[in-house]
Amino acid sequence: MPDVQSTVVEFVNKLRKRKIEGSQATAKCTVELLRSVISHQRVPHANQAAALIDAVKAVGEQLVAANPVELAVGNVVRRVLHIIREEDLSLTTAAMGGLDLLDASDDDDVDNCKGIGYPAMSAAVVAAAARSTLRPPSLQTLLEGTPESATVPYTSSSGADSESKTADKSSLTRKLKHDVIEGVNQLIHEIAGCHEQIAEQAIEHIHQNEVILTLGSSRTVLEFLCAAKEKKRSFRVFVAEGAPRYQGHLLAKELVARGLQTTVITDSAVFAMISRVNMVIIGAHAVMANGGVIGPVGVNMAALAAQKHAVPFVVLAGSHKLCPLYPHNPEVLLNELRSPSELLDFGEFSDCLDFGAGSGSLQVVNPTFDYVPPNLVSLFITDTGGHNPSYMYRLIADYYSADDLVM
Amino acid sequence: MDTRRGALAVPKVRRVGFFTSIEPPPESSQRPNRSQSGPVEATTSSSPLSNSPSGNLISPVLIPPSRHHSDNLTSRVAAAAAAPVPVPGPAAFRRYVAHDRSLLHVGSYNPPDSLLGTSTPSSNGEFSEDSASLFGFQRSDSTKLSASFPNGGFDLTLAVRAPQESETKITTASASEGKKKIAEVSGKSESVTTKPQKEKEPKAPKDKTTKAERRAIQEAQRAAKAAAKGEGNRRADESGRANPGKTAKKPQPKKERLPVTSSVSEKTAVAVEKEKRMDVPQTLMQYDDRSRVDKAKRRAVVEQTESKNKVELFLHLPQYERGNQLPNLSSNFFTLDSIHHAVYKVGLQHLAGDISGDNARCIAMLQAFQEAIEDYITPPMKDLTMDLTTKINGYVSFLIECRPLSMSMGNAIRFLKNQIRKLPVNLSESEAKSSLCSDIGRFIDEKIILADKAIVQHAVTKIRDGEVLLTYGFSCVVEMILLYAHEIGKKFRVVIVDSRPNLEGQKLLRRLVTRGLDCTYTHINAISYIMREATRVFLGASSIFSNGTLYARVGTACIAMVANAFSVPVIVCCEAYKFHERVLLDSICSNELGDPDAVANIPSFRTNAKHSKTIDNNKNLQFLNLMYDSTPSEYISMIVSDYGMIPPTSIPVIVREYRREHLLL
Repeated sequence: MPDVQSTVVEFVNKLRKRKIEGSQATAKCTVELLRSVISHQRVPHANQAAALIDAVKAVGEQLVAANPVELAVGNVVRRVLHIIREEDLSLTTAAMGGLDLLDASDDDDVDNCKGIGYPAMSAAVVAAAARSTLRPPSLQTLLEGTPESATVPYTSSSGADSESKTADKSSLTRKLKHDVIEGVNQLIHEIAGCHEQIAEQAIEHIHQNEVILTLGSSRTVLEFLCAAKEKKRSFRVFVAEGAPRYQGHLLAKELVARGLQTTVITDSAVFAMISRVNMVIIGAHAVMANGGVIGPVGVNMAALAAQKHAVPFVVLAGSHKLCPLYPHNPEVLLNELRSPSELLDFGEFSDCLDFGAGSGSLQVVNPTFDYVPPNLVSLFITDTGGHNPSYMYRLIADYYSADDLVM
Repeated sequence: MDTRRGALAVPKVRRVGFFTSIEPPPESSQRPNRSQSGPVEATTSSSPLSNSPSGNLISPVLIPPSRHHSDNLTSRVAAAAAAPVPVPGPAAFRRYVAHDRSLLHVGSYNPPDSLLGTSTPSSNGEFSEDSASLFGFQRSDSTKLSASFPNGGFDLTLAVRAPQESETKITTASASEGKKKIAEVSGKSESVTTKPQKEKEPKAPKDKTTKAERRAIQEAQRAAKAAAKGEGNRRADESGRANPGKTAKKPQPKKERLPVTSSVSEKTAVAVEKEKRMDVPQTLMQYDDRSRVDKAKRRAVVEQTESKNKVELFLHLPQYERGNQLPNLSSNFFTLDSIHHAVYKVGLQHLAGDISGDNARCIAMLQAFQEAIEDYITPPMKDLTMDLTTKINGYVSFLIECRPLSMSMGNAIRFLKNQIRKLPVNLSESEAKSSLCSDIGRFIDEKIILADKAIVQHAVTKIRDGEVLLTYGFSCVVEMILLYAHEIGKKFRVVIVDSRPNLEGQKLLRRLVTRGLDCTYTHINAISYIMREATRVFLGASSIFSNGTLYARVGTACIAMVANAFSVPVIVCCEAYKFHERVLLDSICSNELGDPDAVANIPSFRTNAKHSKTIDNNKNLQFLNLMYDSTPSEYISMIVSDYGMIPPTSIPVIVREYRREHLLL
């Protein structure tokens, strides 16, 4: 499959050159790439799930290494791995159910029909059922790995006669891949639709005559505000311009185009204005497992000011931004320094930077992201509803399987 | 009870501000073990003393981030300024240093208990009021301070006087608690009890009489003021409060050290108060008041066109279109009659933004006034004092039209008007003019140039080798400090934080880099990233208000807040002439708006974010370019002024006590 390999390389290069910006776009590209990887992956007869997982993992590692700061890549890879495991598990339970039937009736055909028909129900329902019956959501679920259970059907089905075994296997193989791709498609759909899901909740959080401060340019925030506007709420928005990338100007332009009352302020005026602001709404770059947020640079300052003035600090995040990692020194390790030329024109300062004796040195620091500790965040609004920062770890347990946390 | 009383009378100096510690920490075993207050005392005073870095004499003290000393003016900062002295650690608040000659109570921790003190029953209501007014300037807003003294502070004077009024039964909890604590304190320094006690005792009856006197004087003043000016309610109230404060000092043995001996100058003080009232600029013009704006417009020289797309929140501030009136005004230069050309020039420079920075603006204005006064000729049949004052008023209103005055300029104008008013009648015109000019020159020299030098001397002691100093924007005092510290061979690194749209930091960066300093440059959004490296923050100021609020270039508050969050000490460098008696809570009520187009115009390489002209005219889109913001005092660790290094809580003291001197100069 040379075509898949080449698209992977192409995507890795794009990530490495930071051609793709924004976690949503990255997530979308990643999941589409993984879908094609899965569909082109040739699955062996035995242990297909493991083969798929290995293939996805191999590609995922390359992608994560290409841009380790873009946590959405890793999140999506983990989500896909989780889908594979869940589908495999649901097929296993189905097969086991079939085997029980087989023992009872001794009829191969019925068994085969059952084996195929059972998972024809929504994969998610089956997965949920499997989890609730086989492994209730407990610490054990997190600690216990799925591979052992994945191997169960083959040992148990080996007892059946050879004819039914081969038929069962081939159908299972096709079934698994098909189901996984179905699941990945659902994931794509979910990533694409997270804005609407989040925006639907806007009306619950924004009231009449509210003053909202936002910074950075986030599509989610844009949709959120516009949704409230469409519901005939009138409020004003302060947008911090977000130097040196000026994404605030972009957002302001869009907001004005949609008819919202918008005021652009300088970043330095955030503290001055926050006393008149009712709510700070920002879009996250990534949400960590401890409830901390990585957002556009300057967010921490706004969060501190909001805390000082007891202004709610609300973070909008699609579920693909939930990262199952706990941050360690995120300001440095999950940050990225951009070009100094955005801040300072080298031409202007080249004259005083005489590298001879008696001249000082000059460094220019231009970080991209900022980390907001969980104690400064009042609320997360995700596509599944509003959550406290302290609840984030539990959401993550729903979305990812514990085996994939370390890739 | 007797022993307690003996102890109570122990006059002790609690020196605050900064000083080198003299007394070894008292041993806790010396303290008599009182019920209730004993353990509290142990937690409040002895433990911080023992671990505080200020406990030892030599080591310079690193200032923890939010430190609010209740300071008072009598700790003469200027005197102490000569030696580089450590800023006291928290323990220093509680340090009752036995002073060899003048033993007195110069202040106390008021905190929560001073409120109780004022609400004590009528018997001691008298003195508690005094103490309240005496210590009225001590602000108790620092939660940290009161938190570290869970038992609350108490008024030393209150407690000291309590035993003297032996017939009054002190029944309130606060008073008795205060007494207990006093006893505690005295237990700590028994060695100094006897002599001061003798000194103190004869003062008691005098104290009583002066109280009555004081009341009478106060009443008289109030009545006079009410009659003189009905509308100046606020001021009258303030001065009424200020005066008893002064007189309350009378019984204090230290009165001869006070700048103003109040007993003799009671009358002059009243006069000064009156003058002051006239000086105080009327409440700032509110631009949402249509009728007044129209009236002002008719008088105006500068024809400002109001900007079309105003920010609603700031309708009370002037929002004008920029840059369109300048050519018109420049062409008027040779035809003007009412405005002196020097003043006109300065006004245009302000308007165009050629002069920026408070000190530069103030000096330019004063020099223009100097020139104008030199050229001034009293018209026939007119009084120099009256006519010159109206002339100056005209100039000032012209300058305001060009650009709203900064607080420091307001202070300078007040000074000048005062000088004019105080001119002796018998002076000839030329003498008067030369006297005024020399006064202005002296103001510039002493209050700005020499003050800066003094600040540099103080602040340099706070820079140690290997430090990373963070500064924001461009402040010429901070620049002087950094350059001087570099000159005397200190090794440090500078982080310059800058913000749009003015990018003043680049100017500072250029100057520092050419002088060979190691600099790091970043923008304000990255402050949380860079703050972890910084060990000190040096900030300039436009003004400091008497509630300790720092009024400075917009963004300063963000820096101070983040520094506070990262436990980095914030040192504000500000000349004392910029201190202002107004109070301010937020950045909205009083501010200046810059050119909104400066925010709208972004560098060319971000073309996708550019606003097209059609969008610019959209009613829904506004650009707000605030010039200043106000930093709450709790973010400020220390203020370095020409009077020394003081906590923000001491600003009202400096304002009150030195304003007089400053006006008299």
